[in-house]
Amino acid sequence: MTTSTNKWISEWLGGLGRVTLLARESIASLFTFKVAGKDLLYQVYFIGVKSQSVVLITGAFTGMVLAAQTYFQFHKVGMDTATLAVVGVSMCSELGPVLTGLMVAGRVGAAIAAEIGTMRVTEQIDALRTLATHPVDYIVVPRLAACVIALPLLTAESIAMGIAAGYMVGVHLLGIDAAYAWHNLVRYTGAVDVCIGLIKALIFGGLVALVGCYKGMSCGEGAEGVGRATTEAVVYSSISILIANFFLTLVLGKIFNIT
Amino acid sequence: MIEARDLRKAFGTHQILDGVSFKIERGESVVIIGRSGGGKSVLLKQLVGLLKPDSGQVLIEGEDIVPMNERSLLRVRAKFGMLFQGAALFDSMTVAENIAFPFRQRKDLSPADVAKKVSDALEVVELPGTQNKKPSELSGGMRKRVGLARAIVYQPEIVLYDEPTTGLDPIVSDSIDKLIIRVRDQLNVTCIVVTHDMRSARRVGNRILMLHDKRIYASGTPDDIFSSQDPIVRRFIDGVSDPKNIF
Ligand SMILES: Nc1ncnc2c1ncn2[C@@H]1O[C@H](COP(=O)(O)OP(=O)(O)OP(=O)(O)O)[C@@H](O)[C@H]1O
Ligand SMILES: [Mg+2]
Repeated sequence: MTTSTNKWISEWLGGLGRVTLLARESIASLFTFKVAGKDLLYQVYFIGVKSQSVVLITGAFTGMVLAAQTYFQFHKVGMDTATLAVVGVSMCSELGPVLTGLMVAGRVGAAIAAEIGTMRVTEQIDALRTLATHPVDYIVVPRLAACVIALPLLTAESIAMGIAAGYMVGVHLLGIDAAYAWHNLVRYTGAVDVCIGLIKALIFGGLVALVGCYKGMSCGEGAEGVGRATTEAVVYSSISILIANFFLTLVLGKIFNIT
Repeated sequence: MIEARDLRKAFGTHQILDGVSFKIERGESVVIIGRSGGGKSVLLKQLVGLLKPDSGQVLIEGEDIVPMNERSLLRVRAKFGMLFQGAALFDSMTVAENIAFPFRQRKDLSPADVAKKVSDALEVVELPGTQNKKPSELSGGMRKRVGLARAIVYQPEIVLYDEPTTGLDPIVSDSIDKLIIRVRDQLNVTCIVVTHDMRSARRVGNRILMLHDKRIYASGTPDDIFSSQDPIVRRFIDGVSDPKNIF
């Protein structure tokens, strides 16, 4: 192995360790320190309410495309009425949480990293520390809590939107029989799928906030450093969502015993 | 009250401080002078634990803060006020919110009390009525004065000023100098002032430390330093560059 890959691997592992330490510090602070309600609400507003349009559009078009594509394939084997069951299950347990997570990573993860990174390079973080305020308490915890609260809600909206849009396309555009479509949708999409989706969303919310905060806090010097931190926050949080999703699917599948 | 023992600090291979030691008593005001890039800001940050020295000790009232973690440092830092070289105002907040920040966790103060303290502090730094401005709407010198107001509004025991008068007009510089002296004398605050302004160094300091070549090169009362015959000190306070360094 060359020295550069060696260095890369050790840096990567170091980063992973520091993110874990940040997570531990934040969780400890979450349970001891009272987050100022105003800060938390503002973050929920910024992260949750302001992300709605993006997330709803994503959900709607994914649901529609999924319905159309599934219908095209199922129509060949005469299984038209099962289309919405596929849409329901995949929106709930996979596409809803993952796409919402990715959209929020792009919008919120980037914003968090850029904001904290700028605070760091302009010494505002140092100023915070001299004013006897722990940056984790004041900066990381409200964002983490807000993401963890907002993402499941956004995901639920996106799932609902996706299924509704899929239903519209399937029933009104492609002409699937409404009664059968609805029957199969409800029959195959269970509360378990929704639960899995929301649990995933919760974890993705934590990942986006932690990676964004970590990248911002460890931002390099100057405008270039902030730019790089922002890009890396989006890239790493997206990748970690995709990787985590695979393991969550396996683990949650086992726990909820879906086969 | 504050003691630095043999501080060493390097960034990468670039050694900034190499064995800096000094001791500052309660109520004293010490001016640190030295060349630009000589490590004065780095030294100040080590005194509040914002940076960790590579080796050496920083004792605050006898307690070594170097091995402390961030949480325990918060308690120590409550004694400090610091004016940053670039003011470091929170740019998402208004001037009033910036100055009121230290009172954020204080439940015993009503919003009216806090507003009163903020307007008094702004009065002191000669910026009355700027409460609702954002830092981006202020000039560099005004920002610095807001930073100063934020550093002293909660009456800390020790105030560190990083170039309080740089970039200010002579009249405001003079009033800032007087302010530093007044804060020191009335509240018995210990202060450390980093400055390039020789006039203010002479006025605000009981003692001057000169940082040169990674160490404390000279130390003494303002009169000692300003009458020093040492060529390096002399050149610095007279502001004479080394002719061979020009071309
Ligand atoms: N975070 C950092 N990373 C790397 N090098 C740094 C860092 N901070 C400061 N330095 C270096 O340390 C040296 C001292 O910097 P410092 O800001 O303490 O100088 P200074 O004495 O305050 O100068 P000035 O009077 O211009 O403010 C400089 O050479 C600078 O390049
Ligand atoms: Mg400096």
